[in-house]
Amino acid sequence: MTLELLAVLAAVAVAALAVAVTATVVCRRRRSAAPGAAGSETAAGEAADRVVGRLAGRAAEAAGGPAPSLRDRLSKARAAFAGPLTALERASTSTEAWTEVTEALIRADVGLATSSEIVEAARARAGGAGGDPTAVKAALQAELRERLGGFDRSLARRSDGACPSVWLFVGVNGTGKTTTIGKLAKREADAGAGVVLAAGDTFRAAAADQLAMWAERSSVHIVRGSAGADPASVVYDAVESAAARGADLVLADTAGRFHTEHNLMAELQKVRRVAGKGSGVVTETLLVLDATTGQNGLAQARQFTDAVDVTGVVLTKLDGSAKGGIVVAVQAELGVPVKLVGVGEQVADLVPFDASEFVEALFS
Amino acid sequence: MFDTLTSRFETVFTRLRGRGRLSAADVDAALREIRVALIEADVNLDVVAGLTERIRRRAVGEELSRALNPAQQVVKIVLSELTTSLGGERLAVNYASEPPTVVLLAGLQGSGKTTNAAKLAQWFLRQGRSPLLVGADLQRPAAVEQLRTLGERAGVPVFSHRRGPVKAASASRAEATRTGRDVVIVDTAGRLAIDSEMMDQVRRISVAVRPHYTFLVVDATAGQDAVNSAKAFHDTLALDGVVLTKLDGDARGGAALSVKEVVGRPIAFASVGEKLEDFEPFHPDRLASRILGMGDVETLIDKAESAFEAEQATETAARLLEGTFTFDDFLATMQQVLGMGNLRSLMGMMPGVPRELRGADVDEGRIGRITGMIHSMTPQERAEPDVIDASRRQRIAAGSGCRPSEVKALVDQFKQMRSMMKGLGGLGGKRTAASRARSSKQASRPGGRSSASKRRGAGGRTTPKGPVPASKAPLTLPGLEKGEWPGLN
Repeated sequence: MTLELLAVLAAVAVAALAVAVTATVVCRRRRSAAPGAAGSETAAGEAADRVVGRLAGRAAEAAGGPAPSLRDRLSKARAAFAGPLTALERASTSTEAWTEVTEALIRADVGLATSSEIVEAARARAGGAGGDPTAVKAALQAELRERLGGFDRSLARRSDGACPSVWLFVGVNGTGKTTTIGKLAKREADAGAGVVLAAGDTFRAAAADQLAMWAERSSVHIVRGSAGADPASVVYDAVESAAARGADLVLADTAGRFHTEHNLMAELQKVRRVAGKGSGVVTETLLVLDATTGQNGLAQARQFTDAVDVTGVVLTKLDGSAKGGIVVAVQAELGVPVKLVGVGEQVADLVPFDASEFVEALFS
Repeated sequence: MFDTLTSRFETVFTRLRGRGRLSAADVDAALREIRVALIEADVNLDVVAGLTERIRRRAVGEELSRALNPAQQVVKIVLSELTTSLGGERLAVNYASEPPTVVLLAGLQGSGKTTNAAKLAQWFLRQGRSPLLVGADLQRPAAVEQLRTLGERAGVPVFSHRRGPVKAASASRAEATRTGRDVVIVDTAGRLAIDSEMMDQVRRISVAVRPHYTFLVVDATAGQDAVNSAKAFHDTLALDGVVLTKLDGDARGGAALSVKEVVGRPIAFASVGEKLEDFEPFHPDRLASRILGMGDVETLIDKAESAFEAEQATETAARLLEGTFTFDDFLATMQQVLGMGNLRSLMGMMPGVPRELRGADVDEGRIGRITGMIHSMTPQERAEPDVIDASRRQRIAAGSGCRPSEVKALVDQFKQMRSMMKGLGGLGGKRTAASRARSSKQASRPGGRSSASKRRGAGGRTTPKGPVPASKAPLTLPGLEKGEWPGLN
């Protein structure tokens, strides 16, 4: 209580100050933070040292002068990109080999801390065989598979089938929520489910039109509100409509929102609450994450999980050159598994997540 | 993990502080943190390598300054290196002598092309131009409808063509001439850089419409791969600049730095919110400190400016510094602060907020209780909390449905905060005056209103500068001066 209260008071006071006094004055008061670097942070720092240090050395070698041409270096990186671990074969020492795989993980957006943690674990797993590139790769992949494996990735439905199950789709702007729902609607309808779409994105211009086109493609019913309508009421209506029609599945779209927007997150909580209030039950809350997302994906997953209890991740746009490695960190930290993967624009391009394939693709 | 980044910087620099000399070991210790910060901010590894190398060279080679301690010196170098890398050449929009001026937007799916096409159109509108939006995204269902809705909102006509994106683009110039529009903004479908068919399509659109400016729309949350796609788009379209979107979240935006380095074209605009007006010319210095996790003071101040009543805020702050801040002032301020958004994210933007506070999850329900307690106080109690004794506490507690101990905690903390802030006033008195002078200087710097009026006379040339909020001039706060890091001086 005390700390929280002080936090509120200080935030208000400091914000008031920030408006009228210079930032410099505000920050004079800065207390020096207690040194508290945890062991893992140090490990991450060391990993960064090694990975970047080696890259810098290479670049200096190649360019021999200041400001080496980055484009050249990147085109090399792109060539190496076809197989980030090809250089592994040339690694002469064990440290070099492990640095190589750390680099590959970071480039796949796994993140510095998670990468160095995984590499440490894989290293322990490999034991004395550390110097051999094949063994390094095998140990790393085994470690990753183990970390990613062992989750129930099925999409839950209400077991008795008495009333509609609701799958709620959440995420930041532009990750592909509406498209994912469109594809899933087609898939589930083709499999014989009675599907109703809820156009819960009443904010983005023409979002409901976009979903309506998908509904048409798969001949399923859609419930939409007017622009700016309360999304919770739209979802509620969709659930009731599904119950009346005897449909068993409601796919509920929501407007993209940043996890930092408190009011929008509160709105989302309301949508989730209301979706389960009437005849339906929310059986899945799926966070849609874009494979091109970097480290912010973890913050997104954290906040959405806090707010609406995310049950699974849909990783979209994995057909590009981005690897979507952030889901490794998401699953490690939050225990939320990836359930579906989007690998293209066609309906058939939404597929179940396969840990082995994903691990293979991280290094291909 | 990411929230403590600022703290980790602080830790290193606290260790460095006061030693007086900058050794190679000091630089290396700092570089490690910088490297970690950059990687966690999604700066591409190759770019990190180049940057830290440049920083090392500058830091070790630089003569020790008398005015700055070693930590300040390193921070100054890092910030200026990042700012230079992000900034450099600015994009000046030169309007075509034979209108229309054509702008093409391209990018990955979901990066925000359609929304930002409308935002850009509105920006041109504010520059006194008459833009035409062209919907060349026939891929995504209802993309053109979305553009039409946004165009309506912005007051800009939208043109499209059923016969395909290339046809729509090529017909758009004639349409603009026919309807007297002098700027054409072409929105294209999102595409993956490795999709050769779609990349060929956007190339054909570009050939058909002959754009004067081609912008890549880049998502601030993008990761390591941003450089690969940016390079592919640059190879196909010869980009002129970048529009950076989704800066309204808390992503550090390191991808922008990577893209800038690899494409070598300026970041022209930044999209900082969901409203059409939340679109402004890019500020390299802001993103530099954001990437380093040093807090985004300027964005915070911008937010504050839009939420606060200028005069009231100045008065409140004066009372805060004098130590005559009352519970009424507090209530009013709190309402305004809440108008700025999530308290926790606000605190994240403030540099120098102690780590304990930054991490604390502020339960907003608490705020309701605080409000309740203050409402249960008499005007006298609100102005002079010292008069609150045990019996008054009982009454306030009963009135607000809280426990007397909570009332006591609130009053005690309030008094503590008040004396803390008063101390601050003593410290900062002179600076405030100095900063006022600086802020008025800033208000009249080029790119403000003066350049806007100059532009009309000068043959339609302008630099991409945002509008200066007219009524808020006395509140304009100076940015961090070059290399000055708050809290280190």
